[in-house]
Amino acid sequence: MPDARELPDAPAGPVIPADHTRRVPVDGGVGASTRRPDGVPKVTGDFAYASDLWHESMLWGHTLRSPHAHAAIRAVDVSAALAVPGVHAVLTHDDLPAEEKHHGLEIRDTPVLARDRVRYHGEPVALVAADHPEIARRAADLVRVDYEELPVVVDEAGATAPDAPVLHPGRTDRHAAHVPHPNIVHRQPVVRGDVAAARARAAVIVTGEYEVGMQDQAFLGPESGMAVPDGEGGVDLYVATQWLHADLWQIAPVLGLPEDRIRMTLSGVGGAFGGREDLSMQIHACLLALRTGRPVKMVYDRTESFFGHVHRHPARLRYEHGADRDGRLTHLTARIVLDGGAYASSSPAVVGNAASLGAGPYEVPNVDIEALALYTNNPPCGAMRGFGAVQACFAYESQMDKLAAALGMDPVELRRRNAMSKGSLMPTEQVVDSAAPVAELLERVRRRPLPPERPWESGGPRGAAGPDPRELPGGLSNTTRGEDVVRGVGYAVGIKNVGFSEGFDDYSTARVGLRVVGGEPVVSVHTAMAEVGQGGVTVHGQIARTELGVERVVIRPADTRVGSAGSTSASRQTYVTGGAVRNACVLVRGRLIELARRRFGGNGDPVWSDPDLRPFDGAIVTATGERLVGIAEVLGGETIEIERRWRHRPTEPFDIRTGRGNGHVQYSFAAHRAVVEVDTGLGLVKVVELACAQDVGRALNPLSVVGQIQGGTVQGLGLAVMEEILVGADARVRNASFTDYLIPTVLDTPTIPVELLELADEHAPYGLRGVGEAPTLSSTPAVVAAIRQATGRALHRVPVRPEHLVDLAVPDTGLPTPD
Amino acid sequence: MDFLRPGDWREALALRAERPGALPIAGGTDVMVEINHGGRRPEALLDLSALAELHALEHEPAGEDPAAPAGRVRLGAAVPYSRVVTELGAELPGLALAARTVGSPQIRNRGSVGGNLGAASPAGDCHPALLASGAEIEAVSVRGTRHIPVDDFYLGVKRNALAPDELIRSVRVPRATGPQQFSKVGPRNAMVIAVCAVAVALHPGRGRVGVGIGSAAPTPVRAREAEEYIAGVLADGDLWERRDPIPPAAARRFAELVAAACSPIDDVRGTAAYRRHAVAVMARRTLGWCWEAHRAGASDPRPEGGAPCA
Repeated sequence: MPDARELPDAPAGPVIPADHTRRVPVDGGVGASTRRPDGVPKVTGDFAYASDLWHESMLWGHTLRSPHAHAAIRAVDVSAALAVPGVHAVLTHDDLPAEEKHHGLEIRDTPVLARDRVRYHGEPVALVAADHPEIARRAADLVRVDYEELPVVVDEAGATAPDAPVLHPGRTDRHAAHVPHPNIVHRQPVVRGDVAAARARAAVIVTGEYEVGMQDQAFLGPESGMAVPDGEGGVDLYVATQWLHADLWQIAPVLGLPEDRIRMTLSGVGGAFGGREDLSMQIHACLLALRTGRPVKMVYDRTESFFGHVHRHPARLRYEHGADRDGRLTHLTARIVLDGGAYASSSPAVVGNAASLGAGPYEVPNVDIEALALYTNNPPCGAMRGFGAVQACFAYESQMDKLAAALGMDPVELRRRNAMSKGSLMPTEQVVDSAAPVAELLERVRRRPLPPERPWESGGPRGAAGPDPRELPGGLSNTTRGEDVVRGVGYAVGIKNVGFSEGFDDYSTARVGLRVVGGEPVVSVHTAMAEVGQGGVTVHGQIARTELGVERVVIRPADTRVGSAGSTSASRQTYVTGGAVRNACVLVRGRLIELARRRFGGNGDPVWSDPDLRPFDGAIVTATGERLVGIAEVLGGETIEIERRWRHRPTEPFDIRTGRGNGHVQYSFAAHRAVVEVDTGLGLVKVVELACAQDVGRALNPLSVVGQIQGGTVQGLGLAVMEEILVGADARVRNASFTDYLIPTVLDTPTIPVELLELADEHAPYGLRGVGEAPTLSSTPAVVAAIRQATGRALHRVPVRPEHLVDLAVPDTGLPTPD
Repeated sequence: MDFLRPGDWREALALRAERPGALPIAGGTDVMVEINHGGRRPEALLDLSALAELHALEHEPAGEDPAAPAGRVRLGAAVPYSRVVTELGAELPGLALAARTVGSPQIRNRGSVGGNLGAASPAGDCHPALLASGAEIEAVSVRGTRHIPVDDFYLGVKRNALAPDELIRSVRVPRATGPQQFSKVGPRNAMVIAVCAVAVALHPGRGRVGVGIGSAAPTPVRAREAEEYIAGVLADGDLWERRDPIPPAAARRFAELVAAACSPIDDVRGTAAYRRHAVAVMARRTLGWCWEAHRAGASDPRPEGGAPCA
């Protein structure tokens, strides 16, 4: 099998089996499916999550939240709450200690505690610290808040109407000057070529309006952490988060403390998916701890968690695609309206992604895209796996199927004809300068044999006892024995950026040490990377072993005693913090060789002049592998330790009128084929198989990579058929629980065969390509395409609900009108 | 909050009479969720989980009661769903099928039919099967014992016919004398609260068909008109004996009448229009499955459809 790194443009990369390993200096290096250190404790329940934090003298913090989506606060009276025995503090906006009273990832528009206005259902208004969580809850119920309800803004028409209430008057953020209305957070056009001329040439034009519901990250570990005052005015914060330093940069100004007085340590994180990028309880716990002088623990329950983090932007998307007779795309227009809810969070970056990736992984010479995010009174929306690219992918892939139907062409063939490849231009005119095997990925999933037809699909004998209901739509609920069950097959492919974009200084920091412990060399790796389940701690060990030829690697707890690692998001951590760890390891390696030469090369033996000396299996060896001296012997009592920042190549902002610019670091691609069965009588769906092919550049840990792809695929399936936060016309959340916000169970999860391509990106460490998000994009439209094929229904909205798949006597409302 | 833990059944009844504000709890799968979510703050909990009587599962022989020609199963109020699934599949197939759709294995190990009745949620999975079978609830207090027909038990949303001093001792369900089925719709394939549900039970000896509907009205309801209609069709054509297929037009009419018995609402789980539609589809299918089994002359009315538990 050829090494993929030598064949960056190879049309067919090798398929990597899960146990694939490569030759590395010691076991457990890059390319091995090393077991994750937190795997067994998580499965057995021994893993300590942030919600397990405990301190003998701690108090419990609780947040009072607004019952209204939009209201003026006339007065707040905390006296009854303060009088409850066991209550140690009740804080409101008036108790904030510093000039800065807001936080926010991109725009500091979010009040730490509401002052005179609440803008969404669940906005924090007051805090209580008490001896017991139940006392804190009851005391919070006694805080009297005098609200005056205001009209709610819930959609684009309402937000941009002439008399619309302006949700954030007096904006001074960097987008304020260019947006057409103050209730628009950010607007980004991307225009290329001449759409009008192309439209005149097009043989076929299809248009469509699509809608994506509000998906939740649904991480299992609720927001939690503990703040411990240090007795000198500073505080230690232990918390489950996605980016320690971004938290710190927002916390310090609100507390009025220099950053070095706040020490943050990552606690066990139970999933994130973007939902922990924004602050939740961090500042609140610190405020209570500093006020009471006691450690304060805060843990949201499941209901509060739904109010405690941002969600995926719901979106309305209007697309037009044109093609010539051969199916070559002539042009595309898109208008993508994202509902950002009450506060900005990462809406501007989500807009940038939706706009720049809105044409999909296709070559489109003429493009006119407009993406924008609204301020409304709906729940704040921000980062979630796929980040603006998910919404666009559902729409453009639905359009590609529609276009194929209009042309009478096979939908995969239409995609292949327009697929981008290395050297293609994005609508932003950025050159895709590494592998972009879009056609190849589609071909990989298409040529897999289909799962065998099942007896009920052909109306064949069902047996006296009927089939196992778990095999059928409806599952255990026993709704069909095959009656009305129809199969459908659908395809989709998507494009996602890797890393932070638009000129952001997206660095990471690693501190790597090498010393002798118990006679053996040991590497220590210290970063502030948040391990949220992605497996970074596994990969850092593999990188250190590979670069330093030392088997024993200690991964230090992530904290702010080392420089920022950036966010665990945007599929970036293996690339960026992995790159920083490798960079620091290479520098340590240089110092080690230098030290070895100094200590042992003085005898004039020419072997020490070999420029290719390297550490291998615990020793310094020559280029030919001759073992010279053990690493432990070289080090003796000395420690080598290096901390360095590392950066990927820079990006640049998108032009605010044209969208032009080299905005992204790297692109990643995945394709899916979905096979579904639909009970057309009841509108119930069973996804039978959801095959994925993805180019990962280089799989540092193939088992983890496959896990990421399967997880992303299931999250996309959830958006396709069940996951949605329902918000009423009053902008209140209606299903803040796992009883009514449904995520897929194992019976909803199909077989997910994964094929990995490894076409190295020469710009990236080890040639790797970020993995985590791309599979979340194409999964959703592939499932919906399969349901369309099974039912013949147009389906413009996700999640698809049972009532969308049957003919009802009274038509269901709430669907965009099919064009 | 007081936690009352009676040592025996008599003490439980005394405490129930003394403390009508104490909320009975056994498996806790409903009560604890409500308490943890702050939805309920009872002054006391009356823990019934340790009482042997409530875990008893007895088989009462046939007597004079024409509604239970094969006798009854006296199902202790705290017998968990998992035992209903594994032990009562032959005797109470409809209820066993319904029990199998409740929550997850962990929930089925704790939750019970008695708890479902105590909560009286219109979405409770057991109710349609109890209605289709003609069960009765054994309600006991220090004043004595009442046997409440299940038809009279559900009074409103989460309200039942128990007096403030009564506890559910058992539910007495007639042993099946013919095929029974249960279907429910939820937007995922396991661990889901019913959007709506239907149970059908054939009673060949009596020439009757029982139909219960869940989650499609303020209470679980029976579809009496549909029951009468299909019983008439089966009697007129002598179909019970001849075991001929039910005419498709009659099955359709039956389904329409079952749907007509619903008065559903729009909520986060589904629309009223969809619920009516789905109830009709499930009614037709479950009747069809029952009738196929009857035609096949299945003397063993075990629930059909694969593995016993997932």
